[in-house]
Amino acid sequence: MDELIELATDVLVAGGGAAGMFAAVAAVRNGAKAILIDKNVIGRGGASIMAQMTCAAALGEAEPDDPQLHLADTLEAGRGLCNEDLAALLCEGAPQRIRELEAWKVNWARADDGKINQVKAPGHSRRRCVYVDFLSTGAAICAALRNKVSRNSDIRRLSNVSLTDVVTRDGEAIGVVGFDVESAAPIMIKAPAVVLALGGMTKMFKRTTSPNNLAGEGVGIALRAGARLIDLEFLQFYPNGHLAPRMVGLDPTTWEPTRVKLGGRLLNGNGEEFLQNYGEAQGERYSTTRDALTYAIYKEVESGRGSPHGGVYLSFQHIGESALRAALGPVIDIFKRNNIDLTRQPVEVFPIAHYQMGGVEVDTDMASCVPGLYAAGELAGGANGANRLSGNALPEALVFGERAGEKAARFAARRKSPAWDMSAALPQVELIRAVRGQNEGRGPSPAALMSEIKELMWHKVGPFRTAHALGEAHDRLCAMRERELPGAAVSRERVHNASLVEWFELRNGLLAAEALALSALNRRESRGAHQRDDFPETSAHYEKNQQLSLTNGKLVSSFEGVEA
Amino acid sequence: MSASDKPASPLKSARLKIWRGTSRDNGRYEEFDVPFEDGDSVLDGLVRIRMQQQPDLAIRFSCFNANVCKECTMLIDGEVQYACIAKLHPGLIQLDPVPNLPVLRDLVTDSLSHKERF
Repeated sequence: MDELIELATDVLVAGGGAAGMFAAVAAVRNGAKAILIDKNVIGRGGASIMAQMTCAAALGEAEPDDPQLHLADTLEAGRGLCNEDLAALLCEGAPQRIRELEAWKVNWARADDGKINQVKAPGHSRRRCVYVDFLSTGAAICAALRNKVSRNSDIRRLSNVSLTDVVTRDGEAIGVVGFDVESAAPIMIKAPAVVLALGGMTKMFKRTTSPNNLAGEGVGIALRAGARLIDLEFLQFYPNGHLAPRMVGLDPTTWEPTRVKLGGRLLNGNGEEFLQNYGEAQGERYSTTRDALTYAIYKEVESGRGSPHGGVYLSFQHIGESALRAALGPVIDIFKRNNIDLTRQPVEVFPIAHYQMGGVEVDTDMASCVPGLYAAGELAGGANGANRLSGNALPEALVFGERAGEKAARFAARRKSPAWDMSAALPQVELIRAVRGQNEGRGPSPAALMSEIKELMWHKVGPFRTAHALGEAHDRLCAMRERELPGAAVSRERVHNASLVEWFELRNGLLAAEALALSALNRRESRGAHQRDDFPETSAHYEKNQQLSLTNGKLVSSFEGVEA
Repeated sequence: MSASDKPASPLKSARLKIWRGTSRDNGRYEEFDVPFEDGDSVLDGLVRIRMQQQPDLAIRFSCFNANVCKECTMLIDGEVQYACIAKLHPGLIQLDPVPNLPVLRDLVTDSLSHKERF
């Protein structure tokens, strides 16, 4: 049936990863009722569950530490563009959230003396990153939070619900529209406060660590709701993403924690170490930040010294089998099932799209410039500037999610019940009905368009950019958004209609991808994760955040000073 | 952007025989040829079919080949397996929805907690 489903709540949270689940928990403990929705399955669908290893928090268990030291490292890595207030919030709030998760049965790995193990991830000045063995940090956090949200009767959970629009009245958020993936029925949820925790847009790249659902919908939805976004040009490429031989059953980010933990050696196609040629010390040092490592690997391959599949080698052949087994536990059996024997062969690695630093511009309440609209997790921009430190994504999700939930609950309580505006919601509802079955059997499928976008973004909007390639990408994305998307073929099927889901992913995701290409074009310098081959220097002129908004259907950008 | 367009090994071909329909009684098998390289998963094959041949094929997955979301459970040649870690091989591979759960469509079953539904 595609009869309209109507619901109402105090705080609507979209996105069932760590940030969204924490937001729902925090909203109800501040007196609100909450609805938590996810396009896939709550607690399983986002990027959080895929996080393998490091979660940074200045607990001071492994060695003396302080949130101010964590902040200093975060600001240094952000290359001058962090919102210091947000970064401080992240670093100061992380220890409390880690302790809270411990009380909720997350078994942080511990040393023999009973203290929580903390490792020194690249870019951190202290041993600071907690984890759950073996490579299960995100899964353990999500299991605990999933348990927490499912035991609270004030949180209504709805899996397989796709969000398509935030509904606004007089420039303020008053609820959302979406649809039930299982039945294609449109859904309208009235809510005085809305928290978007929908993650980033890394699915839009061919080589990606993203789950299937991070198509940039949060970016597109927020832009269309009138929110300002910042710094979308900064998209982190994970340096040592798995390239070859083919490996399944493990996230492609496996190698970086393994390299740091065990002392893996990065070698070029000739079998030579090369990091020292890019300003890094020779030998086994593991302090290189992600932007610098990505740069070194790229340039080595570009110079013709790549491995057979166009990456570099990562070798553990100098490490004994028993040491490998002790460090990797059951993970070594997953390698074996993929015919990878680390004592005999190196693997090939190459950068892979991983994390979106930019996002919705928020204040320290996680409030966007649209009253009633909040953002948290990867979708919230600002804390990480031009480059995120390893280990900062999970505390960002936990701290910002908790904060957004609390502040949204307080806002919902303060706000006089906003007048619902059916005329603002109905066009979004009608669009869902109209798109199902449009051009059936004619025109490209949304899946085929998605496939083209992933190639385009990978080849023209990667970490190394030129005005020419970015311009081509931008123009093609505009054309796809304006012409091909309206002409795309969508099945009339009601039940689990993937082409309907993907059409709405593209509606928001194409706008997100276009915003990224435009932002990258506008920043005529190289900084952190944004490297322009035609503007290779970092410029003091651009030590500014780039703000982006949607005005009369057009993306408008401006550069503003970095906030204190 | 350089890197990674070359397959790791010569392409082979699998033939996936997939249950299509809205219940166990109302439907039919459809067969698709999928090219693959050594090490590719059944999920790789299904995604390729959706991209290039049959965009309406209904499957569940979220994480991609990382085996953490556990959504891609299905019957592969009669055994309950995760499509993201089962490997493709040359020849015929039969895919059915998992037993003991109502079929919604194709390889998608009613696997969600009913407390997370309307």
